[in-house]
Amino acid sequence: MSVGEIRVAINSDQDIVSARQKGRVVANELGFSSGDATLIATAISELARNIVSYARKGQITIRQVNGLNRRGIAVIADDEGPGIADIRQALRDGFSTSGSLGLGLPGVRRLMDEFEITSQLGKGTTVMVKKWRP
Amino acid sequence: MSKRDVASVPPESKRNEEPSELLRELVAHLRQNRTQLREEWVVRISETRLLTAMTKEEIFAEATSVYDSYVEALETEAFEALQAYARNLSERIIPRGVETHEVVGIVLLLRDVLARSLFAKYQNDFKKLNRILDAYEPAANRIANTVAVGFVQERERVIRQQQEAIRELSTPVLQVRERLLILPIIGVIDPQRARQLTEQLLRGIRTNRAKVVVIDITGVAAMDVTVANHLVQTVEASRLLGATVIVTGLSPEIAQTLVTIGVDLGKMNTVGDLQGGIEQAERLLGYKVATLAEPR
Amino acid sequence: MEVPILKQGAFLIATFQAALSDADLNQLRMGLVQQVVKFRSRAVIVDVTAMDVMDSFASRTLREIAHMIRLRGAETVIVGIQPEVAFAMVQLGLTLEGVATALDLEEGLAYLNEKFKTTN
Ligand SMILES: Nc1ncnc2c1ncn2[C@@H]1O[C@H](COP(=O)(O)OP(=O)(O)OP(=O)(O)O)[C@@H](O)[C@H]1O
Ligand SMILES: [Mg+2]
Repeated sequence: MSVGEIRVAINSDQDIVSARQKGRVVANELGFSSGDATLIATAISELARNIVSYARKGQITIRQVNGLNRRGIAVIADDEGPGIADIRQALRDGFSTSGSLGLGLPGVRRLMDEFEITSQLGKGTTVMVKKWRP
Repeated sequence: MSKRDVASVPPESKRNEEPSELLRELVAHLRQNRTQLREEWVVRISETRLLTAMTKEEIFAEATSVYDSYVEALETEAFEALQAYARNLSERIIPRGVETHEVVGIVLLLRDVLARSLFAKYQNDFKKLNRILDAYEPAANRIANTVAVGFVQERERVIRQQQEAIRELSTPVLQVRERLLILPIIGVIDPQRARQLTEQLLRGIRTNRAKVVVIDITGVAAMDVTVANHLVQTVEASRLLGATVIVTGLSPEIAQTLVTIGVDLGKMNTVGDLQGGIEQAERLLGYKVATLAEPR
Repeated sequence: MEVPILKQGAFLIATFQAALSDADLNQLRMGLVQQVVKFRSRAVIVDVTAMDVMDSFASRTLREIAHMIRLRGAETVIVGIQPEVAFAMVQLGLTLEGVATALDLEEGLAYLNEKFKTTN
């Protein structure tokens, strides 16, 4: 079974909720356990919130990925916001430019199996994460 | 249907019987000779030494059902009933140790027996024989395929279930008294098992309404950083559900690993051995700990 | 989305819904603190049973609620965190340190009743 690509425009905090709800639905359809679906939905929530907080708008794309012998889910968060000056710093537990907990990005990395981030100052940020089905 | 498909249909087939008509004739033949063909098939099964785990009577009973389902699938060209039967059959015979090749084998044997009887019946009308076989073969292959797939799926399901059961067994969450759970961990813990353990414990806390959990790791020889992290997360997650965790049987090596990853052992509730851990748990729960008499 | 706040004796009970947005959470924080002052409540139970995701923002809001309520002399108990949500939270690094937790509403009430028994 294959799930088409789902795109959610992120413009406000309301969209964070709908993005993570859609993520949970796709994760369930792909056969993830409800425990894993919760991890995936939580990761989506963090990524979408960063878009709202730092770039104001962007989008979340959720789709199925196929590996050699496995199937999984990919979540791509991209925006055309200010970008991140120092990615290594941003990935550190507790680093935040907004006085928050600074757990979002490092936490998402722990929640998911694969984590890739690219960012360019003044151009925007793209985070792609994947989780494989056990 | 695309144009090319229409063009590829040989013109004769329009003049002659439609495949479905041929199948009807075929089904009638198989029904008429049911007793004899089924018998022949059963003999072939035992000659080929298939289904050796089953008795003669069992084979005969299953063969009858399979034969009837087979003919029905040919007739209706609907495979749902056969699929359901294949799954049901698999469910019954998998515990007997029947292997995939045996199931595929008997269905192919049946295909063979039936094809032979068609040869015998139509040997004088070669053209018709060919048309009948053309109609029969794809249907027979689909049937064989359906049964095989059903069997393999069922087998996978059974294996998954067994693995699940083994895992559950190897990490039991024990309720020793109301609101007190013990999780004795034994052996090697890899990240996958650690995750399972945590999920099991958290679910156990909820279903048993546990307030205190004793995690005993006396039986754990070594713990790498990943697993140690997991242990800490388990303690934290349990607290989020309102349960206190006591860790017992912490070896000096594991304690060292925990310190290395930045765990404040002072914040973690650790007690030397399981007995001590249970006593502390009972105190937390408000029981009076008595060494001789059963606590009330 | 409205978050119902129920007054039960000296306690307030706030029940979170599944799909609370950031704005809802902010509004709730204000509302709760005001009500604690108004009713001179001794404690607040926040029931999150319905929440299927607890991310850093929700978690931080809960901590802030607990903190503000403590400044007004009352206590906060978070009840009903689902096992799967708890697992996701600790992976993320959210442990609600310093905030009391209980399995569900019943346990939360039992905990508070026990705690305030002597002074009641
Ligand atoms: N999409 C983005 N665009 C620009 N900057 C970002 C983006 N995402 C994250 N950042 C930067 O990286 C920092 C770390 O992000 P992270 O999500 O880990 O923490 P936080 O958002 O500050 O706090 P928390 O997520 O715990 O509430 C942010 O403070 C911000 O400076
Ligand atoms: Mg963030």
